[in-house]
Amino acid sequence: MTGSVLMNIFRFCFLVFLQVLILDNINFGGYVNPYLYVYFILLLPFEVPRWLLLISSFALGLSIDLFNGTLGMHTASSVLMAFLRPAVINSIASRKEFEPGMKPSISDLGFQWFFSYAVILVFIHHLTLFYIEVFRFSDFFITLRRAVFSSLFTLLLVILSQYLFFNPSRKE
Amino acid sequence: MRNLFTYILKQYFFFLFLLLEIIAFSLVLQNNYQRATFLNSTGKVVGSVLNTFSNISGYFSLKQANESLVRENTRLRNQLRDRLVLTDTLSYYHIDSMFRFIGAKVISNTVSHQKNFLMLNKGSLHGIKRDMGVITSDGIVGTVVDVSRNFSRVMSVLHVNNKINAKIKKNNHLGTLEWNGRDYRNGFLTDIPMHVNLDPGDTIITSGNSFIFPEGIMIGTVAEYNKQPNEKFNNALISYSVDYNNVYFVYIIVNLKKNELLNLERMQPNDR
Repeated sequence: MTGSVLMNIFRFCFLVFLQVLILDNINFGGYVNPYLYVYFILLLPFEVPRWLLLISSFALGLSIDLFNGTLGMHTASSVLMAFLRPAVINSIASRKEFEPGMKPSISDLGFQWFFSYAVILVFIHHLTLFYIEVFRFSDFFITLRRAVFSSLFTLLLVILSQYLFFNPSRKE
Repeated sequence: MRNLFTYILKQYFFFLFLLLEIIAFSLVLQNNYQRATFLNSTGKVVGSVLNTFSNISGYFSLKQANESLVRENTRLRNQLRDRLVLTDTLSYYHIDSMFRFIGAKVISNTVSHQKNFLMLNKGSLHGIKRDMGVITSDGIVGTVVDVSRNFSRVMSVLHVNNKINAKIKKNNHLGTLEWNGRDYRNGFLTDIPMHVNLDPGDTIITSGNSFIFPEGIMIGTVAEYNKQPNEKFNNALISYSVDYNNVYFVYIIVNLKKNELLNLERMQPNDR
């Protein structure tokens, strides 16, 4: 249990620094930027108390905001994503039974489950983020395009890191 | 009342969510209007982290930085008669003009947002104040909006609300430089009177009408200009002379006669 808490704290710090120092400097075509820090919210264990889910997402968004000088934007979208996470988990059926100790990952629940879980939550987060940034509904489709491209980039990194660090081949 | 409490406790997940979202959105709204408080309270920690990282990542961009410095040295050497007096390694006085330049390093920079800002490693300790212009050797960068002791934040040209007085170099007609939030390489020169002719490649420079930038700082060149016969004012697509994704060293412009100019401007209505 303590190990899992420490692991998540480490992941929190690592993802914030990765985001702020490296990923924020990628600008494909001027505007496509991955926001991989949401990976932290995706990977929180199923048993995490729901208040902790919200508070940690709030802290995550706020730390990104402090570094970017975009106070509130990332916070609002991360909290919304965390709020919707339990509902999304309940709505996606998995071929495997939920067992205690399982983690939301490809190795535990299969590619299909994890992929739909990640796609839904990442899109929710990015759409909110980009519309809050623009703060108006003119240029609706341009903002939508920016959100979609960035989401695809984030998802690519999420899936890649699943295969790099969680090694799905060991599932039985 | 007790029922209300038990209801809130039961639904605490939703109410906690609501509370956090309200905090977040009030931050967004506050941040849209006033920024100074934020930089002063958190700027020190954030600034020093970004500064450390920029010291490391600076090595990767040494080549481009050197090239740009060499270009600028050549340009300055060409101007060098007896007009420049070196006072410091970081600043120099133009004897016949009213501007002083302070060199600074960019420690954070974005181009992908609608409202882009840069952070510089110089602050009020080094004489930086709000509303000072920021340029590179290639052209304009933005305007200082917040200053803390050691750092300052610059509203980039790539900020949808940033409007800059500009003029067309060949015929001195005035216009306004704006950015629409899409491509960081292109901006728009608006309010061009309809009798003015523009060709692709024409140079756009600062007008010197505001006290922020001296006259004649490079902005960019005309990329596209379609004159609408029925419009009184036209817009032109400008390609910036600065690659904003690639800015490392900048100069902050100190207008030494700014107070005098502002006082003069304030006097006028009383005399009329």
